Amino acid sequence: MRNVVFGYGISRPRAIDMDNNDLRKSRDIIAEMPELQACIGCGSCTASCTAGNLTDFNFRKLHTAVRRGEYKGVYAELSKCMLCGKCRLVCPRGINTRGLVMLIKRKLGDF
Amino acid sequence: MSRRASWQEYQKDIAADRYYYARSCIRQNFFPGSEWAFLDILSNRLGIDIYDDPLHTSCTGIGYHSDVVPLETIMTVVARQFSLMAEAGYENFVSSCITSFGIYNEVLATWEEFPETEERTRRYLREATGRELVKPRSIAHTSDIIFYQREAIARKAKHRLINRHTGEPLRVVEHIGCHYAKIFPKSGIGGSEFPYVLAGMIEAWGGDVVDYPERRHCCGFGFRNYLVQANRGSSIANSHKKLESMAPYKPDFIVANCPGCAMFLDKWQYTIAEMDGMAYGADGKGIPVLTYEEMAGLVLGYDPWQLGMQFHQVDVEPLLDKLGVEYDPGAKYLGADGKYIGKPADAAINCPSQRPIYERRK
Repeated sequence: MRNVVFGYGISRPRAIDMDNNDLRKSRDIIAEMPELQACIGCGSCTASCTAGNLTDFNFRKLHTAVRRGEYKGVYAELSKCMLCGKCRLVCPRGINTRGLVMLIKRKLGDF
Repeated sequence: MSRRASWQEYQKDIAADRYYYARSCIRQNFFPGSEWAFLDILSNRLGIDIYDDPLHTSCTGIGYHSDVVPLETIMTVVARQFSLMAEAGYENFVSSCITSFGIYNEVLATWEEFPETEERTRRYLREATGRELVKPRSIAHTSDIIFYQREAIARKAKHRLINRHTGEPLRVVEHIGCHYAKIFPKSGIGGSEFPYVLAGMIEAWGGDVVDYPERRHCCGFGFRNYLVQANRGSSIANSHKKLESMAPYKPDFIVANCPGCAMFLDKWQYTIAEMDGMAYGADGKGIPVLTYEEMAGLVLGYDPWQLGMQFHQVDVEPLLDKLGVEYDPGAKYLGADGKYIGKPADAAINCPSQRPIYERRK
């Protein structure tokens, strides 16, 4: 291997490789809160979020990432949640989103 | 529509004889032996009439897809090629290049859908060259013709696609150029979903076709993706994705029917090895990439150096050994006149110290 510099590299794909992602924690979370599978990704949780009002905190993005097995940085990001529970009030699928925040943090630990 | 009727839509009528040959810009530079082999196989082995016209030009497809040649210009250039064919007394147009094949189909479809563009093109052609446009009766790609003749070639075969060391069929990855059937699905054998043009050849000549997840993914050429240096990371990423996907199936070689695909799947292997030290062949080297004429030529017993296989970035000798093809290693870098043409510097992709990808993953 010569590490030749050609003036460009190999662009890494943005596709999510579900075959290679470790889904064990994701499956644990869904096993404890199966109603999460009813999520339609409408984003009402994010739209009503107090923490996300003036920041880029995005709960829909975070729980979607967790379900895909992409855990990096999620714990630290979720620490911004103030657990106000507005998201729970607006969720059209009745998902206990505040409980989900706690569940994800508990399952992931300081990932 | 019944299943049978829908499958019939994927068949294609291919003329049996009397072809007008349109060459490819890329192939004349990178695979000159392939174009020669195609003409030689048809004319001298199969006794088919094919006319290699020195008057025709590039279809300008590379310029068209790079936004430097306008549509009106390329339509006039295509009209000129067709009129040259008619002047030579032929009706069946055969394109050596997949990009050109897509262009010819696209231009004919444009004329069909927008007749005013055809009238305009006829006028431009008349004003520029004094020629009259005569549309071809059929358009085929050269791989269609080899596919059509695959049984005749199999009957004359000197080697089959069998590993002589194990007696097992060679595992072959077939790669179809995007412009073959993804633009106009009905223009290719098997359409865009089930392209059979190369798989049919491989099966007829004794090989096994590898079905791997990214089989129908683009090689990444994509004209602007490659021509602009800043975009090449995207271009190479596509070949990288395919190579990563096919490597676990341990293919013996790759065959492509598009000039750009054969070039990039071959040369990107060199680049990836130099950049990252990756090689995708089971022996820790690269996977040889062949054109279908080279595959047909080896099956028919042509000399690999006469087929121009020394032009490849990934060495083909391991494949030749598996096939049992006799070759003179000392003649690899001798030109047609016997003079030494120079040897390229050693490349990491041909170095056996590269570890195969599936070993690195353990």
